[in-house]
Amino acid sequence: MPDQRLPAATFEDLAIPLFDQLYNFARWLTQDTAEAEDLVQETYAKALRGFSTFQAGTNFRAWIYRILRNSFLSSKTGLRTTVVFDEEDHESAPSSDSPTPESLLISQATRETVQQALEELPVHFREILLLCEVEEMSYQEIAETLAIPTGTVMSRLFRARKTLRGLLQQKLGGGQHGV
Amino acid sequence: MACDAWRGRLDAYLDGDLASAEARDVSVHLRGCAICAADALDRLQMKRSVAVAGKRYEPSAQFRAKVMKQVAAKPRRGTGWGWRIVVVPALTVLIVSVAVSLYVQRDSARRQRVYSELADLHVAALASATPVDVVSTDRHTVKPWFQGRIPFSFNLPELQGTEFTLLGGRVTYLEQTPGAQLIYQLRKHEISVFIFQDRGPETAASSGPMHAVSFNVQNWTQNGLRYFVVGDVSANDIEALSKLLRDAG
Repeated sequence: MPDQRLPAATFEDLAIPLFDQLYNFARWLTQDTAEAEDLVQETYAKALRGFSTFQAGTNFRAWIYRILRNSFLSSKTGLRTTVVFDEEDHESAPSSDSPTPESLLISQATRETVQQALEELPVHFREILLLCEVEEMSYQEIAETLAIPTGTVMSRLFRARKTLRGLLQQKLGGGQHGV
Repeated sequence: MACDAWRGRLDAYLDGDLASAEARDVSVHLRGCAICAADALDRLQMKRSVAVAGKRYEPSAQFRAKVMKQVAAKPRRGTGWGWRIVVVPALTVLIVSVAVSLYVQRDSARRQRVYSELADLHVAALASATPVDVVSTDRHTVKPWFQGRIPFSFNLPELQGTEFTLLGGRVTYLEQTPGAQLIYQLRKHEISVFIFQDRGPETAASSGPMHAVSFNVQNWTQNGLRYFVVGDVSANDIEALSKLLRDAG
């Protein structure tokens, strides 16, 4: 039976459009320009070498983000900063998290305040928030990227948001930023 | 359902990760519950704040150029053979169509076609990213390379003391018959030498010099092999190389 599929996309077709996003993500992870550049370059080199193992039709974005993240984890900075909260991840997310009057103020926080709070988040919270909110990945894509079950994605996201909210409340309570 | 239960689904609802029926239920509830609606709005604003704040860093133009160069310089799959994927089918189609038309045409037209085809092979080789598959100026390297790739053997001349340089060789096809294509250089010009098994009329082209499609061509039969020398150099230069080959063969 003849192969009816479209010709497979080339590495350039798939990888080049993701360059800016990958850099942004790498820069957030490493918190350093030179390290972020090294990480992106390493990611592209590894992805290029391993492209023959990438299965056409599967999620290229999750695949290349996973390469970037694994490279980061094995880097000096990654090894130093990564803290794994496996136990916490296995706890189920509370069924509710009622907004407090403070949390309504958080929505007014400036961009810089949110950026500072994101910087202060543990890496595993920062990365999952970025994948969800900035990259707009589905839970399934995040699960593939981070190599964790979808349930863990949900509970970790919940904790990340809760921690971010706490950090923002502290900052706004300090009166330095926000309205 | 209590509001607590609805709130447990708000994140997944706002993240777009609820099944459509479930999302519809949440949506209906939010329209009727001010507290949950305020909660959803708060979470949505948080999402938006993070989305905006998260788009923070841009790569420098210099770094972008560096990575693009890295990607563009990637090794081709099946190094050295990639061109065949494009060139060989194209040439095969050309050869088949040439062969069919040759069949119904007169011999003179046929000869002209063979020359045109050889001229095409010569140009296609030079235009290729890899004009030769065995890169060597040494005839003792080039000749053995063809062993097992084509069904015959041939001798190549010693070029010392001549103006000709051997650049290398590749396997080629004429009328679906494999043969050797050797590329020589004379000053800035490239000359192709094609060698095929002589199959009588099939590779026929009356021996002798000829001018075809801006190229000078010489051809002869020797020891069961048909030689064609094609290039944009003068007829005298073509003949000089042909003589070297004849003497070696």
